Amino acid sequence: MVVEVRGPVRPRPSASHVPPVLDPTSETGLFVTPRAAHRMRHALPALAVSALVVVVAALFVGPVLLSPANVIAALRDGAGQESAIIRSLRLPRILLAFGVGGALAVCGAALQAMVRNPLAEPWLLGLSGGAALGAVIGVVAGLPAGWSVSASATIGALAAVALVYRITAVAGRRLDPRVLLLAGVVVSAFAGAVTTALLAVADPFAFRAATVWLFGGFAGASWDAVVRFAVIATPLLALLWWLARALDLLALGEDTAAMLGADVDRTRRLVILTTSILTATTVSVAGTIGFVGLVVPHALRGVVGPLHRRLLPAVFLAGGAFTVLADAVARTVVRPAELPVGVITALVGVPLFAMLLRRSLA
Amino acid sequence: MKLHATALTVRYPGVPTAALDGVSLGLEPGEIVAVVGPNGSGKSTLLRALLGLLPLSAGQVALDGRAVDGWSRRELADVVGALPQREESTFPLTVLESVLLGRWSRLGPVSPVTDKDHNAVVATLRRCDVAGLEDRRIDTLSGGEWQRVRVARALVASPRLLLLDEPTAALDVGHEMELFELLRRLATEGLGVLIITHQLNLAARFADRLLLLDRGRMVAEGRPTEVLREEVVSAVFGWPVAVTSWCDGAPQVVPLRRAEAAESGRALPPLPEDGPS
Repeated sequence: MVVEVRGPVRPRPSASHVPPVLDPTSETGLFVTPRAAHRMRHALPALAVSALVVVVAALFVGPVLLSPANVIAALRDGAGQESAIIRSLRLPRILLAFGVGGALAVCGAALQAMVRNPLAEPWLLGLSGGAALGAVIGVVAGLPAGWSVSASATIGALAAVALVYRITAVAGRRLDPRVLLLAGVVVSAFAGAVTTALLAVADPFAFRAATVWLFGGFAGASWDAVVRFAVIATPLLALLWWLARALDLLALGEDTAAMLGADVDRTRRLVILTTSILTATTVSVAGTIGFVGLVVPHALRGVVGPLHRRLLPAVFLAGGAFTVLADAVARTVVRPAELPVGVITALVGVPLFAMLLRRSLA
Repeated sequence: MKLHATALTVRYPGVPTAALDGVSLGLEPGEIVAVVGPNGSGKSTLLRALLGLLPLSAGQVALDGRAVDGWSRRELADVVGALPQREESTFPLTVLESVLLGRWSRLGPVSPVTDKDHNAVVATLRRCDVAGLEDRRIDTLSGGEWQRVRVARALVASPRLLLLDEPTAALDVGHEMELFELLRRLATEGLGVLIITHQLNLAARFADRLLLLDRGRMVAEGRPTEVLREEVVSAVFGWPVAVTSWCDGAPQVVPLRRAEAAESGRALPPLPEDGPS
């Protein structure tokens, strides 16, 4: 067979001859511009500094107005009423808000990668429904506030996850993200129905006490709670950071992740277990705070990129700072009363989310 | 490194027939084996079974004599580069980040990415003819660029075997040829390559051996001239074909039009309107 080629064969331009278009003025976000690359490299230190600024600034804000000089003096020596406000109330409250917000954001980021869905959040696996139900049962049953109610909220959260896990096992699709999502929605709805029924027959005092758990708040913060939270959360956060690269692979899909060397089932199990305990721990000290775990990872991916070794520390810092800010607003905006912090995170979170969504789809 | 699979049988729950039924194959260093067959014949199932990603009802897979179940996923990823058929990225990475993920088996959970890893990525991208795209986001790549970046990711940890599931799907003829040429080069360098493809004619020209699957069973196995015979291909794909020969001796499959098949007196599948309504 004779194949005749007419004229000289022109080599097609190959990718190696065409440099990528790197347009620093590009607003499309389609390319990683030098500016974006620069931003990615410097994002973590910048976030750390911003978080520190927010934490320090929050010390100056509260229902009792204190001059900056008073705050600094109170931090230096431990005598007097002002010192008690700063040292025993504001400082543990700010640290707890930072830790809880950071942990929720990290859980959200990890779960979003695991189920490969940017709409995932820490409450995904029925945790919030379970936690709320547990707390309401505790309140309605007349358990003393604090430890007992926080324990019943934690038990409720973990029971809900266990039920979700059990449902997926019955469906024969254990650890399948889609089944996990469905089971989480179903369990949340069920827990929500029981919670509403209980609140409908509860006395007004119990109703009010329960709303703190339903929307979250740091009014009960103490050094004891900070230590309790830190002891549980630190190793779990470290474990999630250790799983960061496996999460990168998981976000590529089950088969790809396994082919590139990830143990998919083990990683999923660890992520579910870690995020469940971590989220339940946040519930035990602060109730259920929404939107931090959804909005913060979504916002930060655009800044530091989607790789989790950078993303997880970034969302911890940003989630922490965001929650400290929200709490500062919650305890001052209707002074001397307080709003549940979950109300503020939702009020700020929803427009922020809409804005991000619009920008990412534009 | 040698891959050896014997009598692989895979059954999916709730499906009466086996997705893979007693399929055996071997893959030696330096050779290209192409797995061909109609849609649903068990090609992708075979690839997943070879990688230990599916529970086997019967049979076994061994790498250098060691059962594949005995390898950790990370050990396996270090010696076998693989590419699934479908992949959607949830959170778009850059090309550099995406290909670096192929080094996971080397890096593990915590070791920092070094210059060595970066150099490996750059060299592999050049090898796959996508050099210079490092900073592009993968959702901005063309289909051809994306496939080659994926192949680069499968290659970047310097595996000894390469298992690819339809890597030329959605590629134009130029990129398709470039990919097959790349695979040939890699095989010459000593890699064992298994490729699942619908491109019978390119498989016939580039592969050392073909494996023809039909409804989970191995219908034919051997050199392209032994496997791509008119009666076999026509029966398996359910469409009459003629098999000619290219100048290098490789068989080339030409599907016949209805009129051509009728002229040569060959059986045709019924037209849609011939069937029961």
